[in-house]
Amino acid sequence: MAKEYGEVQLFGVGGSPYARRVRIALEMKGVQYTYFEEDLRNKSDLLLKYNPVHKKVPVLVHNGKPLAESLVILEYIDDTWGNHPILPQQPYDRALAQFWSRFIDDKCLPAITKAAFTANKEERDNSAEESLEALQFLENELKHKFFGGETIGLVDIAAGFIAFWLPAIEEAVGLKLLSCEKFPKLHKWGQEFTNHPVVKENLPPRDKLVGFFKARYASITASK
Amino acid sequence: MAASQEEVTLLGVTGSAFVCRVQIALKLKGVEYKYVEENLGNKSDLLLKYNPVYKKVPVFVHNEKPIPESLVIVEYIDETWKHNPILPSDPYQRALARFWSKFIDDRVVGAAWKAVYTVDEEEREKNVEESFEALQFLENELKDKKFFGGEEFGLVDIAAVYIAFWIPIFQEIGGLELFTSENFPKLYKWSQEFVNHPVVKESLPPRDPVFAFLKRRYESLSASK
Repeated sequence: MAKEYGEVQLFGVGGSPYARRVRIALEMKGVQYTYFEEDLRNKSDLLLKYNPVHKKVPVLVHNGKPLAESLVILEYIDDTWGNHPILPQQPYDRALAQFWSRFIDDKCLPAITKAAFTANKEERDNSAEESLEALQFLENELKHKFFGGETIGLVDIAAGFIAFWLPAIEEAVGLKLLSCEKFPKLHKWGQEFTNHPVVKENLPPRDKLVGFFKARYASITASK
Repeated sequence: MAASQEEVTLLGVTGSAFVCRVQIALKLKGVEYKYVEENLGNKSDLLLKYNPVYKKVPVFVHNEKPIPESLVIVEYIDETWKHNPILPSDPYQRALARFWSKFIDDRVVGAAWKAVYTVDEEEREKNVEESFEALQFLENELKDKKFFGGEEFGLVDIAAVYIAFWIPIFQEIGGLELFTSENFPKLYKWSQEFVNHPVVKESLPPRDPVFAFLKRRYESLSASK
């Protein structure tokens, strides 16, 4: 079944949850693409040309046209390649999917990051509280095997950080947020998600990730 | 233009740019709706029930199904009432519209507010610079188009109502010369076109009460120095 994909390029970084989101979506849809690994300390001219506004990864370039911001890219991928849809059909369900994926980026991820990587203990504790509140909202929202129903969708892909990166952070810094006692559904979802055949192939090596987070934690707490 | 009896409600506060975005979209589509004015100092049970996550306005309720977050609401309105489209039909153009409206929320809204409503001078200056940089990106993106959406206004224009109506108010209150026709000739011209568009004009709140409210807020901030 030959499909006309055009030329698809993805600029990313191996450990970035945002870049991995895009890879998962492309691979679920069977889209052929060329991947470019960036060095964020020495950004390529191409990256700066394609994302002058934020200078970040991921950047998707389709037939020479660049796009930045992972959630924007995911919706574009879904609009362009119709197989294995990642957004629901009904407008209301689509709106909820957009709402929850933005919630993950605007509330969850920043709170979790601050709960681990802040020098000040009081701030860390406050962020841990916020993270638990945010995770509770997701726990309550999860009604099926995945946020997308029986198959993974936009919210699952966005929440990949919680399934894989969060446990790595927890191990690296000695934090416990996603316990299976407090969040049984979310905990189980995390395991289903990371074992999904497409996701499994698209996760960075765990020990490297833990090492990276350990180093980050050390540099923050050392500068107290 | 609804074929069946539709129940459409908007929870908001007068003077909110985010609520205004939704009102513009509804006016453009000619959708009749019930408006509920919230008191943010004493939030209604309805608001807390419909937006437990953020407890904020706007919240849009269609046939008892609630949606918060202004840009999510505007997209939903566009998908539900299909005439006078707000988003382009081409996937790449749609993605760009989403990118730039997100950019406005991430890089303009906060910085522009803090460029005036910050006591610490260094912090304030930093935000002025960030606002300037962000507006410059938008100036370049507008190019020679009448609206960000082309001949007709679209998602990005609606998101940017904050720039067209609210930033000039902050500037006047704070004595800031940020968004001017000298600094941003295209964006400034756009803002005049946009606020004078009949649909937008009818959706904007009356300027004086908004100005008075924001000025009181500014004064209480400087008083607490």
